[in-house]
Amino acid sequence: MSAHSAEDVRKSVKVYMMVFTILMVLTFVTVAISRIHLPTHWAVFLALAVAGTKGTLVGLFFMHLSDEKRIIYGTLLLTLIFFIFLMAISFFA
Amino acid sequence: MSALIPYIDEPHPVTGVTNGKFGTWLFLASEVMLFGALFSTYIVLRVAAKAWPHGYEVLNIPLATFNTVVLIGSSVTMVMAWASLKMNEFGKFKIYLSSTILLAFVFLVVKYFEYSAKFHHGLSPATSNFYAIYFTITGLHGLHILGGIVVNGYLLGPGSKMWNTHREQFIGRIECAGLYWHFVDLVWIFLFPVLYLL
Repeated sequence: MSAHSAEDVRKSVKVYMMVFTILMVLTFVTVAISRIHLPTHWAVFLALAVAGTKGTLVGLFFMHLSDEKRIIYGTLLLTLIFFIFLMAISFFA
Repeated sequence: MSALIPYIDEPHPVTGVTNGKFGTWLFLASEVMLFGALFSTYIVLRVAAKAWPHGYEVLNIPLATFNTVVLIGSSVTMVMAWASLKMNEFGKFKIYLSSTILLAFVFLVVKYFEYSAKFHHGLSPATSNFYAIYFTITGLHGLHILGGIVVNGYLLGPGSKMWNTHREQFIGRIECAGLYWHFVDLVWIFLFPVLYLL
């Protein structure tokens, strides 16, 4: 079903472990940053930046988005547009 | 023998993916809007509020950090369960999927302790907008974890018989269950800093 062969998957296992390690490090980074109690806009920006990085790693490697078909990318692009709109309208409330 | 659903064990000629995978991504897109609506509600409520506690003032950070580690770990075991099937290692698949379910239970148990501590102090969704949002978002997320446990439990148990009858379709099911599970992890990756650390 998926495009990946058994051999590709075997190589990917090392990648999964590396991504796991990075995600653990970033988790502790985000907690460490929060203890500094930065001014609001910095705190929000950094928290979202770290979370965004972690999310990107999960999406690219665990959800195999690094190597997907165009229909999936298209679906996600549409989702992103609507999501940004949803977040933006909260500033007009 | 072909399965009842068309293009479930081979890619659809137009989309290039199986119907199951395409359907799963469409479902996840709708879930983005569901949680997105709650996140934007949180933004609206917090920006308008005269007073709003910092997460670290009222919530248990060490417990939530532990839960974050647990959930990310469960995402790794989930992808390893799929990888094991791709490498024809059914025994390892069962170990990894069991671990995923176990870690999910650990997450819920920790959540139970978090919630009961709050209830014990007389704090509930009715207490304030902060607690309303906290319980609603983490509660909905917790229900998603429970749903994942049910699905993964089925796939580990009675559902795993499909490994012998419709192998490609079964691998597809595990991949789609994995996509859902990674999404649930993704939501928490954003939930944790937003609610607990800001």
